[in-house]
Amino acid sequence: MKSDIILLGHGSGGKLSHELLDDLIVPILSGIGQRDQNDAAVLTHQQGRLAFTTDSYVVDPIFFPGGSIGSLAIHGTINDLAMAAAMPIGISVGLIIEEGLAVSTLRTILEDMSAAAEKSGVRILTGDTKVVPRGKVDKIFINTSGIGVMEHDLDISGRNARVGDKILINGTIGDHGMAVMASREGLALESDIASDSAPLNSLVADLIHGVGSQLHALRDPTRGGVATTLKEIAIQSEVEITLRENSLPVGSTVAAACSILGLDPLFVANEGKLLAFIAPEAAEQALMIMRSHEFGKGAAIIGEVTSTNKGKVRLQTTIGGLRAIEMLAGEQLPRIC
Amino acid sequence: MKHQDEYRDPELARLQLQAIGEAVAGFDRSMTLMEVCGTHTMAIYQHGIRSLLPEKIRLISGPGCPVCVTPVGYVDQAIALARLPDTIIATFGDMVRVPGSSTSLLDEQARGANVKIVYSPLDAVTLAENNPASNVVFLGVGFETTTPTIAGAILTAEKKKLQNFYVLCSHKTMPAPMAALAGDPELKVDGYLCPAHVSAIIGANAYQPLVDAFRVPCVITGFEPLDVLQGVLMLARQVVAGKAKVETQYRRVVKPEGNRKAQKLLSRVFESCDAQWRGIGNIPDSGLRLCEPYSRFDAGRALPVELEPTVEHDGCLCGEILKGKVQPVDCPLFRNTCTPEDPVGACMVSSEGTCAAEYKYGDWGMGAGG
Repeated sequence: MKSDIILLGHGSGGKLSHELLDDLIVPILSGIGQRDQNDAAVLTHQQGRLAFTTDSYVVDPIFFPGGSIGSLAIHGTINDLAMAAAMPIGISVGLIIEEGLAVSTLRTILEDMSAAAEKSGVRILTGDTKVVPRGKVDKIFINTSGIGVMEHDLDISGRNARVGDKILINGTIGDHGMAVMASREGLALESDIASDSAPLNSLVADLIHGVGSQLHALRDPTRGGVATTLKEIAIQSEVEITLRENSLPVGSTVAAACSILGLDPLFVANEGKLLAFIAPEAAEQALMIMRSHEFGKGAAIIGEVTSTNKGKVRLQTTIGGLRAIEMLAGEQLPRIC
Repeated sequence: MKHQDEYRDPELARLQLQAIGEAVAGFDRSMTLMEVCGTHTMAIYQHGIRSLLPEKIRLISGPGCPVCVTPVGYVDQAIALARLPDTIIATFGDMVRVPGSSTSLLDEQARGANVKIVYSPLDAVTLAENNPASNVVFLGVGFETTTPTIAGAILTAEKKKLQNFYVLCSHKTMPAPMAALAGDPELKVDGYLCPAHVSAIIGANAYQPLVDAFRVPCVITGFEPLDVLQGVLMLARQVVAGKAKVETQYRRVVKPEGNRKAQKLLSRVFESCDAQWRGIGNIPDSGLRLCEPYSRFDAGRALPVELEPTVEHDGCLCGEILKGKVQPVDCPLFRNTCTPEDPVGACMVSSEGTCAAEYKYGDWGMGAGG
């Protein structure tokens, strides 16, 4: 590329656009447009049910410990498919770039996307690039959509949590939200908090393979955190969930940062975590499966479905008190993903 | 987390609760204990402490949330300042969502006002330094815990010879409102859980006149669950024995004389004044204003603005809630028209507000939240 910054012309559809695609985007996101650059990617007919999802990424800052807007945009969409128990087969990428963004910055973001896709075993099949005048977006916004295939007949859904189910999480909570928050606000902490951003498709595949129909519900506790996600499932499944505070895995730096800022890690966003509702007899096995996976080493059983008291989530605090858990209200950290 | 887990030990909590139960066993009525600190309010909800205490002990929240006790007129003044050209409002986060008479700083921001959230008053000084063409107004809200840092910021601005840094002062002091409420026959406070960090500054001795005048027990209490339980136990024992004295549970931080250095800093920059408390009204000598040598930093004086007539929102019971006379669930607006997304009163806005805490945590089995 001749220019070291992105110009409006790079989104014009003309010569500069082709230069951007040929010199930067396509070589890095190699599957894109399947090389022949037609208007649509062509997929062969798939066996089984398909899942389809989309998400937009506007995180600020675009680079943070543990990831970037690029890796996040790939992981987020893969995880949305994985939570539907679908294995991703292809992703689209829409880039909206602010005029003046350094080409080197864009290159790093694209390389992060490529690395994230490769590690997850997912191909980027199609894409689009727009450039808008300075100040009309903040550096770069990314939309990704994904298609996944369900190679099983299981009914894994937020409606299916049952009384007795154990609730598992694959590691510490609140890392992504606090990593973004700390790097945005320049919080001086004893050690860096790294985002947990990670693709969860292979962990879900292992769980499906290991415990099958005993896996009843799956969801990733992103914005709103573990608390909001569990409340959603309690409402959908018309059950009561009880969490044990002393079982919740929280990293010490995250706990300290939350304490300083008056935040509750239960409400802070995660990008590499899943909550799994598992029949009690399979819970230990599921815990083993999680702990032997790269993204589940810190897995724990954090609570269970206790009754059919519709839509309630309660927390047994460390000192033995009980309190209600509601969805995140107000105070959402903006532009966390 | 180190230095935290030891104050959340379940076995020690059980022993404390047992002792509390024994202390009130022969007591023939219920007792009302008031906490006067937003952080206590949050801790009590967050750890489900009410669900563990004997029924005889009623914990109520008083005027301890600085954002909540700030009168609507102050918010209106901040909004009017935000509308001035070339003006940046620097504030702690909670203030932006507090409704004024007709709008909030958040609404003004959406309409183009420059409102910046800062974590320290010194960040506001830096903002003024980096934006010499704008006036930076820091919203000075808070008790003795935050005011010394604001005094420090003003001294820094003076040292840097900044001509564009101002503070809109609404600083409040303890224990004046506690005396105002202690004399309220409708309320009948049996004892106060006194604020932890405010007391670290003003010292335990500051509560002695209150105890002498009203014979109301005071226990300065820390924020961790075991601190709160021990504070409740100490208060309950005083109430049952008919005693009234100042005791300090939070000894690891609070000294009888307080933090002299911080007190000196405060008295160098601020002087005592009467202050308006939302829900309570005017309380003599319960606020702080800039003293003469620093009055050029006073946004109220330096940047005159025209204010709209103050409108309190119909049906909002914030005032009564701040006095501990009604609970959030008694307010007809609570959870209906007043929610954290669309708050009517300040108690629903501040993360330390009683309504926000009730909304977020409820108290399992207390007829609310569950």
